[in-house]
Amino acid sequence: MNAAVLIKNLDYAYPDGTKALNDVNLKVAEGEKIAIIGANGAGKSTLLLHLNGILQGDGVVEVLGTPVVDNHFREIRQRVGIVFQDPDDQLFMTTVAQDVAFGPTNQGLPTAEIAERVHDALTAVGMNGHGHRTAHHLSFGQKKRVATATVLSMQPDVLVLDEPSSNLDPRARRHLMEILQSLHVTTIVVTHDLPYAYELCDRAVIMSDGKIVADGPIGKILSDEELLLTNGLELPHGFFPVVGGKKERR
Amino acid sequence: MSGTHHFLTDERYGGSVLHDLDPRVKIISMLSLPIVAVSTPAKSVWAFVAYGLILAACLGLSRLPLGYVARRSLVIVPFVLAVAVFLPFFHDAGPGGYNIGGVRISETGTLVLWNTMVKATIGVLSVIILASTTSFAEIISGLEGLRVPRVFTLILSFMYRYAFVLSEEFQRMRRAFMSRNGGVRNLWHADMLGPLLGSFFLRSYDRGERVHVAMTSRGYSGSMKVSAPHTADTADAVFLLTMAFLLLMIRISA
Repeated sequence: MNAAVLIKNLDYAYPDGTKALNDVNLKVAEGEKIAIIGANGAGKSTLLLHLNGILQGDGVVEVLGTPVVDNHFREIRQRVGIVFQDPDDQLFMTTVAQDVAFGPTNQGLPTAEIAERVHDALTAVGMNGHGHRTAHHLSFGQKKRVATATVLSMQPDVLVLDEPSSNLDPRARRHLMEILQSLHVTTIVVTHDLPYAYELCDRAVIMSDGKIVADGPIGKILSDEELLLTNGLELPHGFFPVVGGKKERR
Repeated sequence: MSGTHHFLTDERYGGSVLHDLDPRVKIISMLSLPIVAVSTPAKSVWAFVAYGLILAACLGLSRLPLGYVARRSLVIVPFVLAVAVFLPFFHDAGPGGYNIGGVRISETGTLVLWNTMVKATIGVLSVIILASTTSFAEIISGLEGLRVPRVFTLILSFMYRYAFVLSEEFQRMRRAFMSRNGGVRNLWHADMLGPLLGSFFLRSYDRGERVHVAMTSRGYSGSMKVSAPHTADTADAVFLLTMAFLLLMIRISA
């Protein structure tokens, strides 16, 4: 199968000289759901911003065979949808519908198709009928779902989520999980919410100090207590992933 | 927070013929009424009565509760109090001045007061009618329909969207700040306010950058297409023409 995302020897340093990514190599297959886990400051979010060219480091980043470089940005940003951590950053238009239409409008789609995409995306996140509302009047969980819809409306091939579960109460968390599980696209989740990653993903990579230090089936990674601890991670008390038992458990 | 909510209503208030008019028609009407009124000489009292009647008719059409309109009109009181009320005493008393118990009241001053008050009232009432019968989203799309450059409407809509987010952020910072200062009762000292405002600015700036990244990620490249076009119907045409006719007649004869 073709690689949805291919990253080779990626280095990145912030303008002030701080090294954020150090020789990152990652291959994500089409349709795979993968978690990038790691402590704060490990470089997860920096890596994520390389997937659509917001940041550009030294090395190779390819999405479905297309290199992420200047003259491909338009296409790349259509294919890679990033849902950012704070929905207030992602919902900047006057109404929910306008926010969801923002991406398709930039793609230059005809009006009728935009309307259809908005409808479909809002339906997918269970927010149909809220199109006329202002983001300000939504609950945090609803904002998060609409933020997801703003990306789904672009029908991306790769869905990237930055800390999808942060600040969500248990019900909203569950609801978002069900939505994410129902989507059949390549999904990359950046998080340190390990149970969330475990439930959604089949594979996990651990990042630490700008490097990928572990890569494998998520059950195996999360069972390695020592590996987690050395990389600033810890399973919540009383949570035990079942190695290889994930599929049967569902 | 609730203060911001009060001034920036985003849901329309009630429903009526006026609510259903094309936002472009309402924007043009409620903008030209105060402009025409401002250009009317203060001495043509009857012209202002006529403007008042137009506003009353619009209010009637809009079915807005009068108490609600009255409460919202209180916005102008501070301005009138602070500026206009003293005008009758400050101007040089002309030949037509009055003398009440030794206090001289100038005619020009009184005229200026009347002029300021009546025009401010007309302006405020027009804005209230527009804002209460039109949602903010409609106003923005109406402005776009009127060919206002996209940059301006985008700034307006961002301002509207982030006024809430930023004011809440500021409230949170202020609360955290107060909690560490045993609750400052008197007016904040400049040396405390400074850092608070400074970090608020930085946070807002960061927010702006993150929003821009989110926009770029969804294919924004500096320009945006205008949203769906408006269609004006008979009611819109009738309203607009009536308004134009009345304003023209009043202004010419004033």
